[in-house]
Amino acid sequence: MTPTIFLQQLINGISLGSLYGLVAIGYTMVYGILRLINFAHGDLLMFAAYTAIYCVTLFALPWYVSFPAAILMTGLMGILLDRAAYKPLRDAPRISLLISAIGASFLLENVALVVLGGVPKAFPRPPLFDQVISLWGLRIQVLTIYTPVITLSLLMGLLFIIYRTKAGKAMRAASKDFETTRLMGINLDRIIAVTFLLGSSLAAAGGIMWAMKYPQVNPFMGVFPGLKAFIAAVLGGIGNIVGAVIGGFLLGLGEILIVALLPQLAQYRDAFAFVILILVLLFRPTGIMGEPLTDKA
Amino acid sequence: MVGGGRMDRVRRNSLLNLMALLLLAGILHLFGRYGTDYQIRILNNMAIFITLSVSYNLINGVCGILHLGPNAFIAIGAYTSAILTMSPMEKQMNYIIEPLMWPFSVLNAPFLIALLAGGVLATFFAFLVSFPVFRVRGDYLAIVTLGFGEVIRVLCNAFQGITNGPLGLKGLAPHTNLWWSWGVAAVTVVVISKLVNSSYGRAMKALREDETAARAMGIDPFKHLLTAFLISAFFSGIAGGLLAHLITTISPTLFTFFLTFNLLIMIVVGGLGSTTGAVIGAALFAWGGEALRIVEQPVQFAGLKIPGIPGMRMVVFSLILMIVIIFARHGIMGRHEFNWDWFFRGGNRAISSR
Repeated sequence: MTPTIFLQQLINGISLGSLYGLVAIGYTMVYGILRLINFAHGDLLMFAAYTAIYCVTLFALPWYVSFPAAILMTGLMGILLDRAAYKPLRDAPRISLLISAIGASFLLENVALVVLGGVPKAFPRPPLFDQVISLWGLRIQVLTIYTPVITLSLLMGLLFIIYRTKAGKAMRAASKDFETTRLMGINLDRIIAVTFLLGSSLAAAGGIMWAMKYPQVNPFMGVFPGLKAFIAAVLGGIGNIVGAVIGGFLLGLGEILIVALLPQLAQYRDAFAFVILILVLLFRPTGIMGEPLTDKA
Repeated sequence: MVGGGRMDRVRRNSLLNLMALLLLAGILHLFGRYGTDYQIRILNNMAIFITLSVSYNLINGVCGILHLGPNAFIAIGAYTSAILTMSPMEKQMNYIIEPLMWPFSVLNAPFLIALLAGGVLATFFAFLVSFPVFRVRGDYLAIVTLGFGEVIRVLCNAFQGITNGPLGLKGLAPHTNLWWSWGVAAVTVVVISKLVNSSYGRAMKALREDETAARAMGIDPFKHLLTAFLISAFFSGIAGGLLAHLITTISPTLFTFFLTFNLLIMIVVGGLGSTTGAVIGAALFAWGGEALRIVEQPVQFAGLKIPGIPGMRMVVFSLILMIVIIFARHGIMGRHEFNWDWFFRGGNRAISSR
């Protein structure tokens, strides 16, 4: 393999990894507070991509209006998801909550299938992201460069919210101890709603970039990115936001590089993430940045 | 109770169980003789679903562990038994891209042996994965088992020399009939009920309620969970073999997470933790799945033609799952079991298995 190709693959890996990281943030935030794998998180990607498509094609809005609108809608969808599927089960056994999450995921996918049809839709990629630049013999789509930059800026913004605002302080408190947080006069439901709003919006940003990268939008497009992003979150240490992004980068890089270096393993690509997951859980269940897990009552 | 001591009751119950089995055999005989192909197919589906859901419920309901990978065991059972029952001729016709690997290409076995081999291989695989699986609990266990299900699917696609890859296996002999499917279902229900009512079953329920407390009472979590996991995998593997020889065509797409999701619906609707519930859930699913085809077909109604909506069934199923889990978490049976004492006392909530 020539250094050029290696560099090219490295850039692809970073780009894919930053998408995983962006989606993983939402998993890790919800897990940090509710101790729940939000199975439907991946489907919010799909929701965002379709919303963006319909904003552009049906309402003929320019992309710089459509994309933020789709992100906002997905954020609200996240709150709705919590209200409908998770809030009634706050005091129920954990297994019920997880089953509800799986049900919500299938419901979103199949409603999309019924309403929007199973035929993949082309995603209208704005020309701005369509350019290709040539650099030292590399041909790079500008989107591939924008993706990690956008991810890192969103991460900075999120960290600012979490560490410098009152809502963020309440979120950190809620992830440590529900009861005490409530005793401090914090409206937990509102904090959980903010968590879902932020996590789902980031997933939406990830979903739109995903749809620009692989411009085929279908009702099941969120399943695999969702699962892999969750694995990235575990790899980085669940509950840790910076860890989620690092885990995303590592997973994306690993996936791309393994296929690049050992092309005969390409057909096992989808299994790679799960092997990583099993190894992490066997040898370092807390992930790279994680603190020891505690059971929250 | 009419004067009966405990022994009388036990004898009466065994007699009633035997009579119920004979009644079932009679019904099956009648359907086998006079039923339409369509009815027989639904009954076969029902029996296979019962086997699958009762063995799945042993893990999810009785042990209280959210295992999301039974599709892996079903796939292993289906492929193993299919490869064993195919004649060398059929194998040559199926494996056109890459020939079947040597030991498998000459192996041939009768249906019963093939089914058992499928069950044993599924059990063996369950044993291999149990070490990473039972190191974790809760959501992590769910995602790890989901991962194993996916890995098996990827392997089925990749190992063309064994599974024929995405092409799958076609033209399997339709060995599965009502006697096979319901026979296996009956054995599964009997074995798993016996297990659940034994000291092992009580230990599993203790682990479900509070693992720390159960450990303090001297219950070894790994040993008990492993037992349940292996037994569940065995019956899932056998049911996979039955399924393969019922639909006669298998491919990796048949064994996705979707299959697990259907099983989850059955045991949640029936009542997590109740074998009776799992049976009821499976029967309802087999029947309801067919009844709901209406919503996907075009309907003529008062001169109007309403087009069918493909995919609508899954929307209904997902909604049912969510409504049950949110508003009626205990499902139809809760954790109660059917038994004759309860039956004769006229519905007074009697000996339950809480």
